[in-house]
Amino acid sequence: MKIYDGGKILLGLIVFVGLAAFPFLYNAGKAAAKPDPKTDTPVIQEMAEKKCVEPKEFMRAGHMQMLNNWRDSVVRDGMRVYVSNTGSRHDMSLQNTCMNCHSNKKKFCDECHNYMAVKPYCWDCHIAPKEKES
Amino acid sequence: MRALVPLIAVIALVLLVFAGVQTANMQFLFGVVIPYAAIAIFIAGFVLRVLKWGSAPVPFRIPTTCGQQKSLPWIKQNKVENPSGTLGVIVRMALEVLVFRSLFRNLKSESRDGGQKVTYGSEKLLWLAGLAFHWSFLIIFVRHFRFFMQDVPSVLKMVEGMDSFLQMGVPLFYMTDAVLLGAVTYLLFRRFYLPQIKYISLAADYFPLFLILGIGISGVLMRYIYKVHIVGVKQLAMGLVTLNPAIPEGGIGVVFYIHLFLICALLAYFPFSKLMHMGGVFLSPTRNLSNNSREKRHINPWNYPVHVHTYEEYENDFRDKMKAAGIPVEKE
Repeated sequence: MKIYDGGKILLGLIVFVGLAAFPFLYNAGKAAAKPDPKTDTPVIQEMAEKKCVEPKEFMRAGHMQMLNNWRDSVVRDGMRVYVSNTGSRHDMSLQNTCMNCHSNKKKFCDECHNYMAVKPYCWDCHIAPKEKES
Repeated sequence: MRALVPLIAVIALVLLVFAGVQTANMQFLFGVVIPYAAIAIFIAGFVLRVLKWGSAPVPFRIPTTCGQQKSLPWIKQNKVENPSGTLGVIVRMALEVLVFRSLFRNLKSESRDGGQKVTYGSEKLLWLAGLAFHWSFLIIFVRHFRFFMQDVPSVLKMVEGMDSFLQMGVPLFYMTDAVLLGAVTYLLFRRFYLPQIKYISLAADYFPLFLILGIGISGVLMRYIYKVHIVGVKQLAMGLVTLNPAIPEGGIGVVFYIHLFLICALLAYFPFSKLMHMGGVFLSPTRNLSNNSREKRHINPWNYPVHVHTYEEYENDFRDKMKAAGIPVEKE
């Protein structure tokens, strides 16, 4: 099979294969590290029953929407009490409720957010907890 | 009917992966085996298709009439529309690929007064929808590279930041999601609505549209409504691209597998479909050949070796008769 303008065709195909296989070429020889969020803060360790306001699976997928709803509820309607699915009541507050237990922002929040290249704008307004560099 | 079969095919694909993951637990098949196979088919099929095209000679330049060809020095040449060198060809091709310049010239024709009169008008909606669709698809594609790179480069974060800068909802709403779905819906509906377009539309036109619509809808549902274990998605993706694939513990969510499987279907279907215009646009003879027919002789490689009866031979055959009739000859 004779290829006409073989040089140009080949050049184009090399560019195509390079682009199409870019994720494989870029990661060749690298090991994928996975995030490991820590829940070993002093407050959590003292808890008799280690559980969040909602089940872990729900929080993992939906925490951002919950926080968004909390903000709307507190800022716009002045409603500060969250009633969970199990009936327990919590103060709707990022700093006083969430960060009370999860005081390790770097090892808890940032671990997955950095991995996923997500930059939540919580800390545009809220004050991030002071942490010792570990 | 020609739209119904592709629609049923896409629904069948969704049901297949739903059943495979939800009831038969075939995560490894749909998460690892099929993606690898789809990528292999995509790359190999694409290369073979381009090589097949490359084996066809394109001997003659095809000047298009939308620009003045290079001729006499006092006639101004249109260097982009009718280029005579490589630079002009590159500019023309870039305009074609990036802003669909020839589609911008698209006209619509209508018969008026009971077919007595034909009128032509500008038709920019197709160009606009096509441009919106392709560019948002590209941005969405680029955005997805955050799943394939351990440390996401800042340029990707910038693209994502601009795409979500309206800061609507959480997770932040991407503008390109809406633009893509809107444009694909328009491109689909025009095939239903415009009678001429409906007449020429085939199953191969509807199938990619339904498939891309399915990919877009499943992606939007996954991001905004039926949440999946997103860190697990990146773990799976990183496992695939580091050739160390593993299904993350705890499962990901069936919407993700639907999204992934439809993309795999698109990749595997790509080399055999009209979607090959991605590579083909660079091989369009009216776009990629400089119009230098007046400077250079292009010879057709498949010309049959025809014996040409030259004037010299003609004169040799008929010299006596020509002289007798008083016709001047070159050789006495």
